[in-house]
Amino acid sequence: MSEPLLDVRDLRTEFSTDDGIVRAVDGVSFKVEPGQVLGIVGESGSGKSVTCLTVMGLNDPKFAVSSGEVLFRGEDLLKVSKSRLREVRGNEIAMIFQDPMTSLNPVHKIGRQLAEAVVLHEDVSRKQAYARARELLKAVGIPRAERRIDDYPHQFSGGMRQRVMIAMALINNPDLIIADEPTTALDVTTQAQILALLKRLQEDFGSAVIMITHDLGVVAEVADDVIVMYAARIVERGAVRSIFNEPRHPYTWGLMGSLPRLDVNVERLYQIPGQPPSLLNPPVGCRFHPRCAFAMPVCREKDPRLEATSGDPAHEEACHLDGETKSREAAALVATLTAGAVV
Amino acid sequence: MSTVGAGNELLVVEDLKKHFPVTRGIVFQKEIATVKAVDGVSFTLREGETLGIVGESGCGKSTLVRCILKLLEPTGGRVVFQGQDITGLSRREMRPLRRNMMMVFQDPYASLNARKRVGFIIGEALELHGIGTPAERKRRVQELLEVVGLNPEHYNRFPHEFSGGQRQRIGVARALAVNPKLIFCDEPVSALDVSVQAQILNLLLDLNEQIGLACLFITHDLAVVRQVSERVYVMHEGRIVEAGPTAEVLAAPREEYTRTLIASVPQSDPAWLAPANT
Repeated sequence: MSEPLLDVRDLRTEFSTDDGIVRAVDGVSFKVEPGQVLGIVGESGSGKSVTCLTVMGLNDPKFAVSSGEVLFRGEDLLKVSKSRLREVRGNEIAMIFQDPMTSLNPVHKIGRQLAEAVVLHEDVSRKQAYARARELLKAVGIPRAERRIDDYPHQFSGGMRQRVMIAMALINNPDLIIADEPTTALDVTTQAQILALLKRLQEDFGSAVIMITHDLGVVAEVADDVIVMYAARIVERGAVRSIFNEPRHPYTWGLMGSLPRLDVNVERLYQIPGQPPSLLNPPVGCRFHPRCAFAMPVCREKDPRLEATSGDPAHEEACHLDGETKSREAAALVATLTAGAVV
Repeated sequence: MSTVGAGNELLVVEDLKKHFPVTRGIVFQKEIATVKAVDGVSFTLREGETLGIVGESGCGKSTLVRCILKLLEPTGGRVVFQGQDITGLSRREMRPLRRNMMMVFQDPYASLNARKRVGFIIGEALELHGIGTPAERKRRVQELLEVVGLNPEHYNRFPHEFSGGQRQRIGVARALAVNPKLIFCDEPVSALDVSVQAQILNLLLDLNEQIGLACLFITHDLAVVRQVSERVYVMHEGRIVEAGPTAEVLAAPREEYTRTLIASVPQSDPAWLAPANT
């Protein structure tokens, strides 16, 4: 196998707060190959955003301490200088933020904001930068791009602003795009357009994408591989088909069961009981055990490790349950989800 | 389609319109156009029923609710609540009726006053409508906290001490305080995580079954509407473009617009879920 584009090893990020130390990311490892789309799924507070902010070096150094390795083409981004990090950010790794309403500068024209990203990283004239901006606005499907380049963000709708954000992320042809809930703030129809656009551009530009979301449906549409995070740790990972065909962690079962579906009649949605744990003092043993219907005595004591138990070496989960029970429960869940499917 | 005359209508909306003028000029304002936010909407909501209204941002669904609640003055049409035409009522005349039509808002972070305690937030409507003594009101608030699945001892906490899902439960408890006949839910789960969303949707289903609460549920998500309501109205550019039983509309949409909406919902493709390995 070729060298991975991004290789995150045993990443830990701690924040010091008034109440104590919060371990927002606790021993997370994953790889992203060139051109791959990786989905990271989890509830609010599961550490998925902090993981990516740490990769980008965007945590406030006053409060955050990170350890582990973030190897981007073999270079550890946790150790490089600030100026090197600035070179990487926006150029080789770009980020799309959740809220397109607040992540554009309201007092500058769209064109200027896009051109700025080019000028910062490349030795080009203002004119060339604007030409590139225009080209990208067209690529993301903004009608009358020549004229709209002189508009302010408030003159764009939410979906259009998210397109501008995507244009900005792509403008320097990055190798990796980190998209943090890029469609959560948008309507379903707009979301569908943006997801299709991201997928098409990802194929055209050949960038790898890390897609952070709490919506399994979004992951199913765009990702090649999936990581499920819970309470600062990875609880399950695998190829997207494998995760949807045979989810093997009780938390993933809960997430899949709680998704309202268009094509299937469900009397009542499954709800995961309780609340996600506080990361100030997470539960001992498996962090999911207080909410898990399958919890055994061992779950309260021993922390499960990520292991492949299904025969597919790429599909791993962190759970003490025996492989047989997992297969049985997964099959039962998938059966209820597919029963009554219209298609 | 119309069931007027069936006897158990709670809310009848007839040809409701709300047009906003677009004006130019500062001193001498000239009307140059109108935005037809709601343009002739009619529907009936029966007692104990959950009715869904689906549409994108800007289709006029929130304006519709504001007009029904008379938070905005409608341009035309009629709203009949419990057999009484409320269209022409003054604000003062509306006030006693409001306790029967409460609202749950979209954003649980913005819709709770951060400087008031939860007990006050939930009990305020009781106080305004002059219901019960202070001791009774406190008991009622604690009862409500239990109904929505929160700890009654959290009576004295502030909203920031709760998570998003818990805050939305507080929003629901507040709407329930005065025993309304009907609650309006304007995108109550779109700001929430999938797992928390399931909790709130189940709570609404339970309330509907247990106390026969009617609900007008507004959302842009068809999958959510399928989960909560038997009937659905699809709204587009201020008009109802399609209506019917939710399962039927979703299975065989007649309108192009409904088809677009359905196609947009990201779904874990059933073809994947089907056990291909057997």
